[in-house]
This record gives sequence, C-alpha cells and structure tokens, in this order.
Amino acid sequence: MTASKPPRSLKKKTRLGENVIQAFFFFCGFVSIFTTLGIVLALGSQALRFFGEPDINPIELITSIKWSPNIGEIGIWPLVTSTLMTTLLALLVAIPLGLAAAIYLSEYATPKVRNTLKPILEILAGVPTVVYGYFALTFMTPFLRSIFGTDIVKIYNMASAGLVCGIMIIPLICSMSEDALRAVPRSLREGSFGLGATKLETSLKVVLPAALSGVIAAIVVGTSRAVGETMIMATAAGAGPNFTFNPFESAETMAGHIVRISGGDIDYNSIDYTSIFIVGLTLFLMTLGLNFLSRYFVNKYREVYE
Amino acid sequence: MQPQKQNSKPKEQKMLAEKASIFYGSFRAVADVTLPVYERQITAIIGPSGCGKSTLLRAFNRMNDLVQGARVDGKVLLDGEDIYGAEVDAVAVRRRVGMVFQRPNPFPKSIYDNVAYGVRLGNSRISKPELDSIVEQSLRGAALWDEVKDKLKSSGTALSGGQQQRLCIARAIAVQPDVLLMDEPCSALDPIATIKIEELMQTLKERYTIMIVTHNMQQASRASDYTVMMMMRADRAGEMIEFDETKRIFTNPRDKRTEDYVSGRFG
Repeated sequence: MTASKPPRSLKKKTRLGENVIQAFFFFCGFVSIFTTLGIVLALGSQALRFFGEPDINPIELITSIKWSPNIGEIGIWPLVTSTLMTTLLALLVAIPLGLAAAIYLSEYATPKVRNTLKPILEILAGVPTVVYGYFALTFMTPFLRSIFGTDIVKIYNMASAGLVCGIMIIPLICSMSEDALRAVPRSLREGSFGLGATKLETSLKVVLPAALSGVIAAIVVGTSRAVGETMIMATAAGAGPNFTFNPFESAETMAGHIVRISGGDIDYNSIDYTSIFIVGLTLFLMTLGLNFLSRYFVNKYREVYE
Repeated sequence: MQPQKQNSKPKEQKMLAEKASIFYGSFRAVADVTLPVYERQITAIIGPSGCGKSTLLRAFNRMNDLVQGARVDGKVLLDGEDIYGAEVDAVAVRRRVGMVFQRPNPFPKSIYDNVAYGVRLGNSRISKPELDSIVEQSLRGAALWDEVKDKLKSSGTALSGGQQQRLCIARAIAVQPDVLLMDEPCSALDPIATIKIEELMQTLKERYTIMIVTHNMQQASRASDYTVMMMMRADRAGEMIEFDETKRIFTNPRDKRTEDYVSGRFG
C-alpha cells in the first residue's frame, strides 16, 4: 500500500440508470394490476346496466333455473351446473393421470427418460384448444356413443367435452406437480428408505405429502383452466343452456355461452348482449375464488426447504 | 489388523465386510475393506474428507443402491448372511440396519407420525395403544420424551436441530433394528446437543450395534469402542489403513498416518 494514493471517495452518487429501471419494473407490475381493475370495471358497469333493465329481478339470478334473458328469465344455474359438471369430469381425468405421471417422472424415471418425456408432455400443453374441441367431437363423442349407445349419449354432450378438457390439463397438472415433487429434498427420501420403506411407500407417504402445497396449487390452476375453457366446450358440449346433471346430455357452459352470444349477430343494446357480462362476472368471481383457495392451501401446507 | 484381545473378552461379530469394494460406475470409491463390526459396540470411522467414510457406512445397509450405477464387490455379512446376496431384499436389510443422517431430516409430519412412520410400514394394522406405546418407548429411548410428550401432534420440523436429530434416532429405533448407522450425526449440531447425542449413544449401545462416521476426533475417542482409520489412495479410492480398539488408535497406533491424523497434523 503506497501512502501517496488518495483513498476512494465514499460520497453518494446518483445512479440514473437504477432509477429508470426501477420505474420501468414498477410500471410492468402495475400494468397487470391495472388490467385486472379494468376487467372488473368493464364487467361491473355492463352488469349494472343489465340489472337496471326494467324487467330484470336480480334475485332471480340465483333463484331461477332457467336462462333466457330475452324473455326475462335470468337464472344462471343451468350455465353454472354445466360448467361445474364439465370441470368435475375434467378433474376426474386430469388429477389421477397427471399426478401419477408426475410421480413417475419425479420418482421412478431415469434422468434420460424424464428429459425425453417431459418436453413431449409439454408439447401436449401447446396444442390449441380448438384442436381439442374437434378431437372431442370427432373422436371422444363417437367413442362414448359406441360404448353407451347413441340414444343415451347426445351428439353434443358434457361428458365428451369434460373428458377431453381433462386430457388437455394433464400436462399442466403433471408438470407443476412434478416440479413440486422434485423440490422435496433428497434427504427426506433417504430418511424414508433408511427405515425400510419401498419406493412406492416413500413416494406416497413422504414425498407427496411434503409437496402437497405445490400439488394443490397445480390442481387449482388446472381447475381454473377447466372452468374457463371455451373452445372445447363451445365445440363439443352443446349450444343452449340446459339444467341437468346427466353428463350425456347437451348443456352449454358459461364460457361456451359467452362465445356463442358474442360471436353471433346480435344488437349491442339487446338484453342478450348485456347478459353475457353477468355470466362473465360470475366466471371471473369463480376463478378469483379458486385463486384465493389456492393461496390459502399453499400457505397452509407450505414446507420451506433449504 | 485384528484388534488386540488381551484386556477384553472376544466380542460377537454382528456384521462383517469382506474385501468390500464400492464402485460408482467405473470409479472405485472404496477398495477392499475387510472390517468386523462387533455386537453392541460402537465402531467409529475416521479419516480425512473424501476418503469414502460415508460411502463405506452406506454399504452396510445398501443405501448406495439408491445411487445410479453404484455397486459393491465382495461381501457384507449381517449375522453371517451376505446382504448383497441375490435373494436378499434391500428393503428388508434396511429394516434391520437403520440409519441416522448428517443433517436431521424429520418428515414434515407430526412428532408422533415421524416415529410411527417406520412401524406402520411393516404393520399397517397395528392397534393404536400398541403404537402409542412404541412411540413413547422410542422417544424415551432417544432421550426426547420429556421434551415433547405434551406436543406429540406438533410438527417434527418445528423442533430445534438437536431435538430433530434425536427425533430421527427415535424414528430409527422404533422399527427395532439390530444395527444403527450414524453418518456424522452431530456435524450440524451445537456442542451441547452433540454431548446429548453422545450420551445417548452410550445407552443405545446396550441394545444396538452402532457404527458412526465422524470428523470429530474427540467424539471418536470419547464415544467409540473401536475405530477404523481410512485414507484416500493415490488412485482416489478410499482404503482402510487401520482398525483397532479406540484406545489403541488414539494412544499407540501402528500406522504413522493414523498417528499424524489423530494428533491433528493433517486432515
């Protein structure tokens, strides 16, 4: 160390770049919040307009089981039940298959097999949903009709749409669950094997419970996808609200209804048009509720690993 | 390399490694170890980092099976039976040779369920009172009962590090193994928690045969009856250079390298 060298200054500097970047990142974060607010406003204002119509009794929304707004029947249940039916069917397919595939990839597959299979599975997630819609209509529906009979299974039916929607969300649930399973530390698996557990026992009794929050988050995200799925439902589930719990009946879901009405030749001032905002708002609230549920479970079952 | 027998009566061999070599793929990690493990004694494995101490320990309950490409040449006998025999189930081996790991690894379950886990694996229909009593005995055996008896339902991961490690010991002895392998069980613990585990080992050895890997010379000299000294050869394979009663290893070792290592001149 030479004494002649002056010490480096400790004075504050203004770093302009830092400030600009920080403002930019803040703006990016704000855009998504702003968009959400915009959606709520757009849906809300149209919904208010709808309830302002003279013939409309808001309470009927949840007391009636008939939906035909042009004649003043606004019971939303037929659309809600068909949405829940198709979602339930989708989850019945996607949860067992997606989770089983995730356990296979995370616990059983060799690295080579995993690195081959996972990208292929993720390609399935990239197939446009309209393709799945036609898959439902041209493969799943004839298949179901050949098993259960053409007089029982309608050409357009919830079962076909729901099952195919389930196939669509398998990669999503599988991929997210696999990430959660793989995040479980190796030491827990070793602890289990060291006590004389088999691979299956270790996977189901230690790894899966330890990854539960991530797995539940995967299922909730999958559920949101199924609830909001549009093209498969519009193509294969049927057109026209129908209050039924028979999966082989045709019944329109909320998303399917919105796309049919908004795509048709209707007057923007007609009650049919404003009614779809009510449906949209309900759909929005359902997925919002699912997101809160997801957050709740993630926090409740979260395990923090080093 | 037989231990000196002049001042102690011969002990029963619980386990015996016979010319055991452990490979990871083509890499030989441990070479030609022949090592008796005496019943109800504590055998410590010491040696510098990377000499294959943990690898050798894990050969005694086939934990190395979990690593792809790992294999063992030679024999490892448990009560005279080769645990690498063609007819032998690795899962059954691990039920008789339990393991405690370097970092405490309790399952994210309740204290009770942690201890009950291994018991339930073997016997899913066990009655509640019976299971309760096994859990209590195991926690008492691991000197943890008094600290946790009022919170058996709370999570095992919420305990302190030393308590977690004793929980892992309770979990291991709940399945009543013959042998307990401990892989540096105190390396993540503070000195007080370490002393507790060492005291516990002295009571555990009345019922179990214990093998422990340790980096801590004082621990090996305080807590063990026999000591294995390992070193890495020029080809990077670990070899056993000396095995004897702990007293002798620490006072009058035969091998100069052992003397240098235990006196802290290297390693």
